Amino acid sequence: MREIVLPRVGSVAEWRRQVRGLLAAGVPPDRVIWRMGQAAPDLFAEAAPPDLATPDAGSAPPAPLRLGREAVAVLESAMHHSDPDRFALGHALVARLAAGRLVWGDRSDPPMRRLLAMDKAVRRDVHKMHAFVRFRELPADGPRRRFAAWFEPSQNSLEPAAPFFARRFGDMDWVIATPGLTARCVGGTLDIGETQAPPPRGIAADPGGRAPLPDRPPAPDAAEDLWRTYYASIFNPARPMPRAMQAEMPKKYWKNLPEAALIPGLLRQAEDRSRAMRKAQPRDPSPRIEAAMRNRRLPERDLPPDGAAPDLDTLARQIRTCTRCALHCHATQAVCGEGPHDAEMLIVGEQPGDQEDLQGRPFVGPAGQLFDRIAGEAGLDRRRVWVTNAVKHFKFTPRGKRRIHQRPDAGEVQACNWWLMQEVRLIRPRLIVAMGATAAQALTGDGRGILKRRGGLERPDGGAPVLVTLHPSALLRQPDPAAAAAQEAGFRDDLARAAGFVAAG
Amino acid sequence: MTRRTLTEKLAILADAAKYDASCASSGGQRRDSRDGKGLGSSGGTGICHAYAPDGRCISLLKILLTNVCIYDCAYCINRVSSGVERARFTVDEVVRLTVEFYRRNYIEGLFLSSGIVRSPDDTMSEMVRIARTLRERENFRGYIHLKTIPDAAPELIEEAGLLADRLSINVELPTDSGLARLAPEKSPRTIRKAMADVRLRREESREPSHTGRRPARFAPAGQSTQMIVGADAASDATILGQSATLYSGYGLSRVYYSAFSPIPDASRLLPPERPPLLREHRLYQADWLMRFYGFDAAEIAPEGGMLDLALDPKTAWALAHRAAFPVDPNRAPREVLLRVPGFGTRTVDRILAARRHRSLRFEDLAAMGAVMRRARAFVTLPGWSPRGLLEGEALKARLMPAPQQLSLF
Repeated sequence: MREIVLPRVGSVAEWRRQVRGLLAAGVPPDRVIWRMGQAAPDLFAEAAPPDLATPDAGSAPPAPLRLGREAVAVLESAMHHSDPDRFALGHALVARLAAGRLVWGDRSDPPMRRLLAMDKAVRRDVHKMHAFVRFRELPADGPRRRFAAWFEPSQNSLEPAAPFFARRFGDMDWVIATPGLTARCVGGTLDIGETQAPPPRGIAADPGGRAPLPDRPPAPDAAEDLWRTYYASIFNPARPMPRAMQAEMPKKYWKNLPEAALIPGLLRQAEDRSRAMRKAQPRDPSPRIEAAMRNRRLPERDLPPDGAAPDLDTLARQIRTCTRCALHCHATQAVCGEGPHDAEMLIVGEQPGDQEDLQGRPFVGPAGQLFDRIAGEAGLDRRRVWVTNAVKHFKFTPRGKRRIHQRPDAGEVQACNWWLMQEVRLIRPRLIVAMGATAAQALTGDGRGILKRRGGLERPDGGAPVLVTLHPSALLRQPDPAAAAAQEAGFRDDLARAAGFVAAG
Repeated sequence: MTRRTLTEKLAILADAAKYDASCASSGGQRRDSRDGKGLGSSGGTGICHAYAPDGRCISLLKILLTNVCIYDCAYCINRVSSGVERARFTVDEVVRLTVEFYRRNYIEGLFLSSGIVRSPDDTMSEMVRIARTLRERENFRGYIHLKTIPDAAPELIEEAGLLADRLSINVELPTDSGLARLAPEKSPRTIRKAMADVRLRREESREPSHTGRRPARFAPAGQSTQMIVGADAASDATILGQSATLYSGYGLSRVYYSAFSPIPDASRLLPPERPPLLREHRLYQADWLMRFYGFDAAEIAPEGGMLDLALDPKTAWALAHRAAFPVDPNRAPREVLLRVPGFGTRTVDRILAARRHRSLRFEDLAAMGAVMRRARAFVTLPGWSPRGLLEGEALKARLMPAPQQLSLF
């Protein structure tokens, strides 16, 4: 039997070093007894130096030990558990992992499960320490403010927990004392040692007025009263759930939490306060407030006038507040057409897409960018045409983090036609380009057979001629590259024809 | 307004802020103060520093700059027609409270909201001034969450997003008509537009670098929103549909559901009832199913429907779709395993990892973290077959929690 005594400070790092040596030496885990030692590592070194140089006779040759980063982190974390068997358990598991007799993380193996449970308990305890340490201010003579706290962790959590406080409280000096160890951070240097002073019985029982010891928290200060005020005020008495609270803030922590003393009183009064709020009769506001409320600016008061718009700016304001169909409830905003008011050509797409809906401008998404490119190639300057959509609100189905485009139905196209017809009336274009079935339906009353009709001029109701073509998003959706290229060429020809028609005058 | 002490102001303005459920302090930019020149750190998992007796966590100093408000939202304790005590912090008071609480490890940072005084721009610029003072004068590197006022000027929102970790804008009610009735000054269009702007700015600020995606500098911890449940007649299906719309459109980190709870000096427009806490709980469960379990809103709550209060929504779905079960954990793909009641995402990941090198038995599932009381009727694998368990009304009764657990009071 070999006895290994680990130091109280840095015990896990030392355990890891020793296990590495023991494995290399082929010492079987059941021949080692692990113990926590008295004080500093040097004392321990005299007590029981493991004889790493001479492998035990007859043992297996040392296996090279490789563990994943997660495995090492979990092992080290679990070794901070308070279970006295932890070092032996960890050693035995590492030996089996090294020999290939165990897969890391295999929950069907009881010792592995026990180790994982230990890791979980330590991580929870460290997290609770990060949460529940409460500092009190100490007098300081230098520029850096000084704070101290007393905490009682359930596991050996101070060492894994301390670096967090060093990262967070970089501009102050602090000390956190626990029954076993004390962490001090002075001038940014973190130092962990054994707790010197006899531990006080928690903050609540700490006699105030005595000169504070470095390892002992001082008397409460004014900020603590403010904190209690905050705690009592943020509690909603209409929904007391003491069990949910205790699941996360177990009673064992309460004695060192300045706010915890308020809990019983808050819960006692909660039902009375809640009942009083429910029973209270609604009061009428004072005359002064009544008067103020009459002068409020309500969004409805900003509504533009009803009826046919006298100009394109009024039309845009009307479109933005459109509720003619249900689409407005889910879309971000109605997207109006844009372009010069005296444009000779009107280009009509289907409806705004995701980007158009967010930005509030037509033809800015992927299909719009494709349109810009092909139009440029066809000699059509987008800045000289009015671009708009048959339907002004985006219709979609939500799918996770994305919105999937949905084709507007006949009713929605019909409802929105009111706006499109006004755009046609106010711009009086010489040519309208209808891109895709929805636009064709809105402008000619028929959205069928686009591929057959494309490139042709139609004259519904004796108004401006309508040139029917594909919608650029159809090109984006075409999976076959050859077909896509052919469609793109056709689309380019159509736009070139439109440009030529207008240029011919 | 009478002169009040800091303690009195804190009591009034924390009381006024407690109906906002959001408390998250996780994610965003990694910062610390190891350089010794500042205070605070952020960017990891959030920490709940305390729990109030209502079971809610206290992670941030959640206060209002002022509870004076020119709006009259019926559900709100701070509406202009309410008779509550009014108070107003100065910029310095909020900064001092935040820093002193933070130094004592009471909080992760500040969650600042406000009533609308004078104008949306006035109020928003005061809030931005607090965030700027914290960041620039105090070198504060902790978490800041600003409740954005949707009507405020774009420059103010821009600055807020660069100073704060998270921005949020409350949609308040699940339907536009509900908002028009209960919050006449608020416009659903303006709210959605503001959320769209935050999403676009976040995407712009996340310039791609050679290492791939990097966190946005604008509101690095994202944006969130809140809906009040039970103040209007909206069904659960409507609420979840609205959430799905918001998640898909604006890249929200979270939608919070706040059971409408009676407030001091309540409006006549609202029911003086106990808050529907169980309904709120079921909505959060359903929200999780949408975000992490691949469920669609319409699957969880049918059109116009309400969630079953007696059963969690996943179990309720499984009971209504028994033909899809039993499932074999040794073969089923991830998305099918995620639909088994009693299996969480971690359990599913463990099952997938373990079955790569061996065949799972029934006894293994509990060790993987599955809740077998719920899962057993829905799985089949070596060592177990549910046989008749899946059929009949008895299954539902078996899956119901014991009656006393339902009472949250």
